[in-house]
Amino acid sequence: MSYRYDFDVIAQWIAPGEKVLDLACGDGSLLRHLMAERDVQGYGVENDIDNLVACIDNGINVIQVDLEKGLAGFEDGFFDHVIMSLSLQAIHNTQGILAEMLRVGREAVVSFPNFGYWRHRQSILNGRMPVSESLPHQWFNTPNVRFFTIADFESLCELNGIEIRERLAFDEGTPVEDEANFRASVAVYRLGRGA
Amino acid sequence: MIKPQSVGVVTPSRARFTEPLALRSGGTLDEYELVYETYGELNEARSNAVLVCHALSGSHHVAGHYADDPRDIGWWDNLIGPGKPLDTNKFFVIGVNNLGGCHGSTGPRSPNPATGRPWGADFPFVTVEDWVGSQARLADRLGIERFAAIVGGSLGGMQAISWTLQYPERVGHAVVIAAAPKLTAQNIAFNEVARQAILTDPEFHGGHYYEHGVVPARGLKLARMIGHITYLSDDSLAEKFGRSLRHGKTMYSYDVEFEIESYLRYQGDKFAGHFDANTYLLTTKALDYFDPAFEYGGNLARALARSTADYLVVSFTTDWRFSPSRSEEIVYALLHNQRNVSYAEIDCPSGHDSFLLDDVRYHAVLRSYFDRIKT
Repeated sequence: MSYRYDFDVIAQWIAPGEKVLDLACGDGSLLRHLMAERDVQGYGVENDIDNLVACIDNGINVIQVDLEKGLAGFEDGFFDHVIMSLSLQAIHNTQGILAEMLRVGREAVVSFPNFGYWRHRQSILNGRMPVSESLPHQWFNTPNVRFFTIADFESLCELNGIEIRERLAFDEGTPVEDEANFRASVAVYRLGRGA
Repeated sequence: MIKPQSVGVVTPSRARFTEPLALRSGGTLDEYELVYETYGELNEARSNAVLVCHALSGSHHVAGHYADDPRDIGWWDNLIGPGKPLDTNKFFVIGVNNLGGCHGSTGPRSPNPATGRPWGADFPFVTVEDWVGSQARLADRLGIERFAAIVGGSLGGMQAISWTLQYPERVGHAVVIAAAPKLTAQNIAFNEVARQAILTDPEFHGGHYYEHGVVPARGLKLARMIGHITYLSDDSLAEKFGRSLRHGKTMYSYDVEFEIESYLRYQGDKFAGHFDANTYLLTTKALDYFDPAFEYGGNLARALARSTADYLVVSFTTDWRFSPSRSEEIVYALLHNQRNVSYAEIDCPSGHDSFLLDDVRYHAVLRSYFDRIKT
């Protein structure tokens, strides 16, 4: 697994020894990173059998769940952090899963590709769907089902009473300070239940 | 990867125990024998042993075949052998016939020392916990202090769970497949119909049919037929048999018309020809009684708090006898206790019996899990 800059971003929000749930955890690389760096008690959630096997190969606890159906089996507030890294855009049940993450976790960590990134906008202006480092698929084979921008996501959080506690934005790995919705290809959020 | 092989010719062993075994039912077995088979080599550290627990109709003959009967292949031969998911190049694998069984361990067919006649219906009730207790004594005998893993499907999975509760320090990993933390009322209902079929067979003779030189074959056949229906899925029956008619048309008779009838009768007869009815009764009761959460007010998470083993839990989408949600109860109870647990719900069309098949994804999960176990 190649180095992913968002792993370090996420790791800095995780305290040593935390209980962490990683949704759509892929081959378990992030959890492995967090186990090594933060000594977390980690569990991954996957619904793809090849990823499940990869997690087991990686020595990661992995539980098969269809995220579209929520996290019904998980207890309220059980985890310190519930993470979903670059997968929110691939789930239909956007509002449901965000609510579930903040039900079973004290905080949620969410990252997603920003469809409002200037290169993506340029693509659309040129009449083609964007393909980039953060959106590597073609329109006809993308696993993504929700197409949204940083501005869209933040207005959804406001609508659902989700508190944005921290946001970091990146242009293909380089931190972006201003005009994130235009200049950032990926955003990473630390979220909590609003007051 | 090395091409998977059979463990080849195997020979059962027999261990005799003369220290009385107190049973949960209140009874005692003063002495008893267990038959077992082993595959692979126990390493010097005695740390690579894996116990395979069998389900209702299984036995100690888990892998390989017998020299005098090459067609008598172990019931989980597709899983166990050199290069197979449970690799006997790495592990020392043990299969044991449970107490009360009919494949060689002490059971209802064995002589009752008090009378010299077969135990029959007087054989004491045995529970999952009793089996585990007797298996632990076998482990002692073989010099195995701690199992790398205990594996089982269905009722075998219940034994694996029970091991982690009765002897937490003796189990590294529990692999619990197509199991449940307890039976539902529907499960018990199916078992009860099966038992009634046997108990009401005129040739049952109160369980002492051996002395009459008969067996309650009709009852046992019916019991197996109803059991068999519940082990398969609606889809797999539809695909295998559909509404196929033996004569191509309806005959308006009670002889075999639909192919599914033929199949069930064949399965029932085959089973009734070799299995013991008293063992069937005892084993279904052991299934019904298993409920480790009972003494914890039904709280499974509290019951499993004693367990320290890592768990792999596997279920099958089309298993309606022990459905995936039953496996999930185990998973979430372990999670509550922050135990290491992984869970796969295999998309397999074959119902409860899927655990005996070699579905590619199922075996990939098991292979990865066993590969990761340190010995």
